Amino acid sequence: MTLLQIASLTKRFGALTALQDVSLATEAGTIHGLIGPNGSGKSTLMKCIVGDVEPTSGEILFEEKPISQQSTTERARRGIGVKFQITSVFETLSVYDNILLAAQSHARLATLALSRSRGALADEIDDLLDQFKLWERRDEQAADLSHGEQQWLEIAMALARRPRLLLLDEPTAGMSLPERAHTGALLRSLISSCAIVIVEHDLSFIRDISDRLTVLDRGRVVKSGTVGEVQDSSEVKEVYLTRV
Amino acid sequence: MADCHSQAHRRGGRLILLELLVLLVLVLAPFVVSHYFTILLTRFLILALLALSFDLVWGYAGIMSFGQSLFFGAAAYAVAMAVKLTGSAPLIAVFPATLAIGAALALIIAILLFGRRIGASSAMLAALGTLTATYIAERIVRTTNVLGGQNGLSVPSAPSLGSFSIDLGVPFYVLALLTLLATYLICRFLVRSQLGLVLAGLRTDERRIAFLGYDVVVLRVITFTFAGAIGGLSGGLYALHEGFIAPNVIGVTLATQAVLYGLFGGIGTLIGPVIGVILIEGLSYKLADQFPYLWPILLGILLLLLVIFRPSGLVGLLVSDRERIGRFGTSRRASGQSS
Ligand SMILES: Nc1ncnc2c1ncn2[C@@H]1O[C@H](COP(=O)(O)OP(=O)(O)OP(=O)(O)O)[C@@H](O)[C@H]1O
Ligand SMILES: [Mg+2]
Repeated sequence: MTLLQIASLTKRFGALTALQDVSLATEAGTIHGLIGPNGSGKSTLMKCIVGDVEPTSGEILFEEKPISQQSTTERARRGIGVKFQITSVFETLSVYDNILLAAQSHARLATLALSRSRGALADEIDDLLDQFKLWERRDEQAADLSHGEQQWLEIAMALARRPRLLLLDEPTAGMSLPERAHTGALLRSLISSCAIVIVEHDLSFIRDISDRLTVLDRGRVVKSGTVGEVQDSSEVKEVYLTRV
Repeated sequence: MADCHSQAHRRGGRLILLELLVLLVLVLAPFVVSHYFTILLTRFLILALLALSFDLVWGYAGIMSFGQSLFFGAAAYAVAMAVKLTGSAPLIAVFPATLAIGAALALIIAILLFGRRIGASSAMLAALGTLTATYIAERIVRTTNVLGGQNGLSVPSAPSLGSFSIDLGVPFYVLALLTLLATYLICRFLVRSQLGLVLAGLRTDERRIAFLGYDVVVLRVITFTFAGAIGGLSGGLYALHEGFIAPNVIGVTLATQAVLYGLFGGIGTLIGPVIGVILIEGLSYKLADQFPYLWPILLGILLLLLVIFRPSGLVGLLVSDRERIGRFGTSRRASGQSS
């Protein structure tokens, strides 16, 4: 099934066209890599999908329904999770509470108001802490984590909501090689329940984990296809030779 | 496990000690002080409700409000008018009516201010919107004859509970203390519940909380309405206690005072604003007579220093940020056992 479909999306910031007639499709159960030079519009595309930026024209379909008119909250509730390029965990809260906050966002406010601890979520949260190697640091403030750990925490928070589509904007920036490898393996293990659209500058990383790649350059799609197709494309080589 | 529990215990210790200390002082006070001071203290307790109402809005939901006096004043005038018309003030009617007036008014304002999807400017909009509302309300009251205009209204009747009349002094003090205590405990339950965690998220990063699927508008409207109800309750008791109200009870000055109580005592803790009211009003009482010119300047400088160097207020001097924010969950699994 086509989980995410973007049709002729254009976004202008004043005179600057950040996205120009961008179309792409992401299937359920796959990882879709998004690459391109700095300023090519990758983050803007992510923000359009979650509703942080309003596109100038075009449509976004999630599970075959248009979502452009929906608020960020509604899109999140439909199953879109996100980790932005600029990490934003809740710094004053503990690592555990960050995930707890994310994990219970489906709950009714009355339920939350009457509940002191959400014991039913405990196992799920412990599992996420384990997966992202944060269990030892669960009671520390999120602000005390390293940049790489904060990225992990943010991914864990997005996953705690059990999204069907996860958008990751440069999730491995600032991570060591082993940390990257761990992240890659983790992401691959998720795709049965959750498709991923991922932006990364590390080409070898993204080549290894992605099923499909889309290359953006100055707001336009240069090439979209399987990793092999994109790698062999002369247009892509040109973009990367002349502009990176 | 044992280790992490004792740690949590240590961290959770200071705030509750402070709360118990304040409670102890307030319970013992009427046995110690004169009738006159009991009446003065009663007023502080009633104003503490107003301060709590501001704290919920700003300290917990992150909405800067110069509007808490609006709910206070509206309920105060409603009670005054009702007493004037009926000649009595049964608490069984006063409590629900003032809560409802505060809540209804706050709900309307909250929907007007937060009802649309708004971005980063929402904090500014809230401050300006509530400020304008209080300003206009005071103007309207000042020029409305039925409401006594500039002269205000007298509230000639004491509140009653059944056939028992609650007079100034110890009886009214007990009423105010019990009302404050009950309100405080309800607020305490709420801000320590999982809803408190969501509010902590909301006030740190409203954008982020929306991406997690929380409805920022609903959260704001609910908190604002709830706080409005407490503001209304406070105003109703105030009118009955003072026996007289003037347009300033609905105005910008009192709204600002509520802000100062909170900032001075420490927002984001519930005990902070209570301490703020007692200290500011207590010191004002002591010093305003002796140094009528110097005192406001002194208070101003003190507040400024506190806001600059300790934005978390007096309570922030005693209690760590970590403890103020609190913890909403932790793993139950024993240390070392990792899958
Ligand atoms: N809010 C904004 N207002 C104006 N211009 C913007 C805004 N956001 C992005 N842009 C511009 O849009 C273009 C695309 O930016 P975007 O952040 O999407 O690029 P990117 O591909 O994510 O780059 P990077 O690899 O550096 O993260 C850039 O020229 C950027 O300056
Ligand atoms: Mg970017």
